[in-house]
Amino acid sequence: MNLDAKIPSGPMAQKWDKHQFDLKLVNPANKRKYEVIVVGSGLAGASAAATLAELGYNVKCFCFQDSPRRAHSIAAQGGINAAKNYQNDGDSVHRLFYDTVKGGDYRSREANVHRLAQVSVNIIDQCAAQGVPFAREYGGLLANRSFGGAQVSRTFYARGQTGQQLLLGAYSSLSRQIGLGKVQMFPRTEMLDVVLVDGHAKGIVVRDMVSGEISRHSAHAVVLATGGYGNAFFLSTNAMGSNVTASFRAYKRGAAFANPCYTQIHPTCIPVSGEHQSKLTLMSESLRNDGRVWVPKSQAVAEKIRKGELKASDVAEGDRDYYLERKYPSFGNLVPRDVASRNAKEACDEGRGVVGSGLGVYLDFEDAIKRLGEGAVRERYGNLFDMYEKITGSNAYQNPMTIFPAVHYTMGGLWVDYNLMSNVPGLYVVGEANFSDHGANRLGASALMQGLADGYFVLPYTIGQYLAEVGPDDRTDTNSAEFVGTEETVRAQIDKLLSIKGKRTPTSFHRELGQIMWDKCGMARSKAGLEAAIKKIPELRAEFWDNLNVPGENGSLNQSLEQAGRVADFLEFGELMCRDALQREESCGGHFREEHQTPEGEAKRDDENFSFVGAWEYKGENQTPELHKENLVYEEVKMTQRSYK
Amino acid sequence: MDLKLKVWRQDNADDVGRFEEYQAHDISPDMSFLEMLDVVNEGLIGSGKEPIAFDSDCREGICGSCSMVINGTAHGGQKGTTACQLHMRHFSDGMTITIEPWRATAFPVHRDLVVDRTAFDRIQQKGGFISVRTGSVPDANAIPVPKDESDLAMDAAQCIGCGACVAACKNASAMLFVAAKISHLSLVPQGQPERERRALAMVKQMDDEGFGNCTVTGSCEAVCPKEISLDFIARMNREYGRALIKKGTI
Ligand SMILES: Cc1cc2nc3c(=O)[nH]c(=O)nc-3n(C[C@H](O)[C@H](O)[C@H](O)COP(=O)(O)OP(=O)(O)OC[C@H]3O[C@@H](n4cnc5c(N)ncnc54)[C@H](O)[C@@H]3O)c2cc1C
Ligand code: SF4
Ligand code: FES
Repeated sequence: MNLDAKIPSGPMAQKWDKHQFDLKLVNPANKRKYEVIVVGSGLAGASAAATLAELGYNVKCFCFQDSPRRAHSIAAQGGINAAKNYQNDGDSVHRLFYDTVKGGDYRSREANVHRLAQVSVNIIDQCAAQGVPFAREYGGLLANRSFGGAQVSRTFYARGQTGQQLLLGAYSSLSRQIGLGKVQMFPRTEMLDVVLVDGHAKGIVVRDMVSGEISRHSAHAVVLATGGYGNAFFLSTNAMGSNVTASFRAYKRGAAFANPCYTQIHPTCIPVSGEHQSKLTLMSESLRNDGRVWVPKSQAVAEKIRKGELKASDVAEGDRDYYLERKYPSFGNLVPRDVASRNAKEACDEGRGVVGSGLGVYLDFEDAIKRLGEGAVRERYGNLFDMYEKITGSNAYQNPMTIFPAVHYTMGGLWVDYNLMSNVPGLYVVGEANFSDHGANRLGASALMQGLADGYFVLPYTIGQYLAEVGPDDRTDTNSAEFVGTEETVRAQIDKLLSIKGKRTPTSFHRELGQIMWDKCGMARSKAGLEAAIKKIPELRAEFWDNLNVPGENGSLNQSLEQAGRVADFLEFGELMCRDALQREESCGGHFREEHQTPEGEAKRDDENFSFVGAWEYKGENQTPELHKENLVYEEVKMTQRSYK
Repeated sequence: MDLKLKVWRQDNADDVGRFEEYQAHDISPDMSFLEMLDVVNEGLIGSGKEPIAFDSDCREGICGSCSMVINGTAHGGQKGTTACQLHMRHFSDGMTITIEPWRATAFPVHRDLVVDRTAFDRIQQKGGFISVRTGSVPDANAIPVPKDESDLAMDAAQCIGCGACVAACKNASAMLFVAAKISHLSLVPQGQPERERRALAMVKQMDDEGFGNCTVTGSCEAVCPKEISLDFIARMNREYGRALIKKGTI
């Protein structure tokens, strides 16, 4: 397997400029002879599809929601980073680059991250020009807030709905191109396989989710912008439909899957309320700007709170443990996510949790309200407080919120080179679906940045190189053996899912898998636990294929069938995550191996043996996949133990 | 608590459809309305029946997927709340709950509670944008936007495109949705160059899609989960009138 990252030579700060110059260009008159498929219409997909169409390419864009505007990016709340230094507080491209590499615990590729920091400034310009109503100061200029893992204020936001506004901006550009006929949009259409011709990605097979019709689409190149795989855990902050199917089927066709074990557990989510829970809700990290995290100092007090005998306000200041401020005085409540999550778990493991299940800590706004007034707090976080009240029935202006970590984001994804092309020629991967920029831990407000960087400013350049190389005639008829064969595989799987007629629903399998993943491959992982999971998951998978019940048929809107297909992939993918976690005998970022910690319980990296990207190659059904390594070389940033003290 | 559900079932766009009754047992007050439906659906599959089809994705009130009329009110009647954010603590034991899809000519039913809202997308494609090419833009701070205007634009821009306004309107008018977009873009300086074109094109497409007229009854504002104000409809009418005058039509 060829894992050449194709990092341009030369000094870090000049690599991208130099590379842009070196890339082949497609003659403007020839662009309309090319067709590009973009799967996904989130920030990454919508921005890529719109920009490619503006350049003159013909684009087909697919999403499973009923409208591209509903992609999961819509749910992002807190903000988007950019090295604008509008606050004059010492920010720069180099600082954003440095923070991101450090935040990723030195497991990301330096050159990609540097480019990300460079183009971050263009993103804000682009979105402002689209009319995105970012928060403003009275002088009419853009406002900023701070986010975890940074000591400068570089996050741009639109109330608590930044993802929504950015996505609607990208959707508006996409809509314009649809109106102009340059993008053909296929909503409610699910990609079920990628078609390879002579080893190159030349198309996809999709299912129309209303009629059940299966169809083939060919193009000169295929871009996957299909988001993350957090729903492998069943409960996560991801939307219900988020899934790994597109990436996983590409993996089965030969694309390497990089760092699948890197998952981010977000510290500020609403705790689980019961068995019925279908998903978890994030309370934006921006809340940690003004909210203070605490639990009672003593277990006895915590126990009384859990039983309802005491309220938060009954606990005297001196009896509270603001553990993040105590342990990390310089970052305080703004430590990165992995650190905040592990500390919450630790406090609860010590019996100091404050909700009935024992799994919850306080996020308290009392001081902020005293300092700024309720109006100012409402202005900043009003919609989040409203959402909190709708879900829990509790008013967070009066009582502290209760929060607990939940699965939120996946840093792993399909392996890509500097050009965002996977090891399968012609198959590009952008946004959360690729692995490239966040290493072992993503900083807050950096996913929106990466999705838009990839879609607006990176892919539209880099894809030109491949298209120029293959030429406009390199397109395969959808009646070719490769297309027909792939469609047959897809149909066979659907028929199989429908024919089992066993006793258990897709959801019940998904829930069971999720519990295994959370217990064994969640916030803390161990060799024994992972080995147990690697034994258990194939058993569950076998039962799935023997005892699944999918009612109905293929020829109509069938949500059980859609879900069954996704769960089938998660059941294989979960095992891959565990294998990757087992292989990585160190702790780094979101990956915490109990065997590898410092005496104070912080993550202990092993740079000598593990500063590589772990990229997995599929070897066939029920075969052990093969691990390949891309070694990470740090020219610019010196690797140190991350310290937020 | 235990509940009785009367749910609209319709196999496809051509089917006439009918109400069917189901029991929902052991419903916890902490469940969301959609989690209650999940429980009912698991039961239906278990007894060999097809589950009730409904749209949902984010379940956080932001994607605009969920769309159902609950006891006669779009999204169920909790102020500023989508169906997915409605919690069962607002219902009581023994209640009968009627659940129907959005009903409007421009939103044909695909199945059960799932409707086709692509008409909204087509309206956006006609003018719901500012024509800027990627990269061809000035520095963000080169376009100052007064905070009050920006805030007002954001009030409009919050629309999640759910279609409840259409479902609630006796004329199935899409005015609140279209007004939100037109207002957002006409309020910010970036949107000025295309102001008139946009208003005319979006309104025309809205009419072509078969949405009804607005008679200002305000039922849309009452159900809107983002509490988009009726004032924006007045603003849109002004924008439309202004565009006609500029064009010389009146
Ligand atoms: C609650 C929440 C809050 C967040 N807040 C922030 C924040 O404040 N700042 C930040 O930077 N990041 C935030 N994130 C992370 C960020 O939102 C995501 O990482 C990012 O939006 C992902 O964008 P994307 O374009 O890669 O994928 P998505 O937006 O997930 O889009 C995926 C697209 O792919 C399509 N798709 C998937 N599979 C298929 C298939 N098989 N066939 C056809 N189409 C398919 C979907 O329909 C969709 O259009 C948040 C995430 C969550 C869950
Ligand atoms: S105006 Fe309100 S009800 Fe209408 S689509 Fe927008 S959010 Fe939904
Ligand atoms: S499911 Fe997204 S708004 Fe209800």
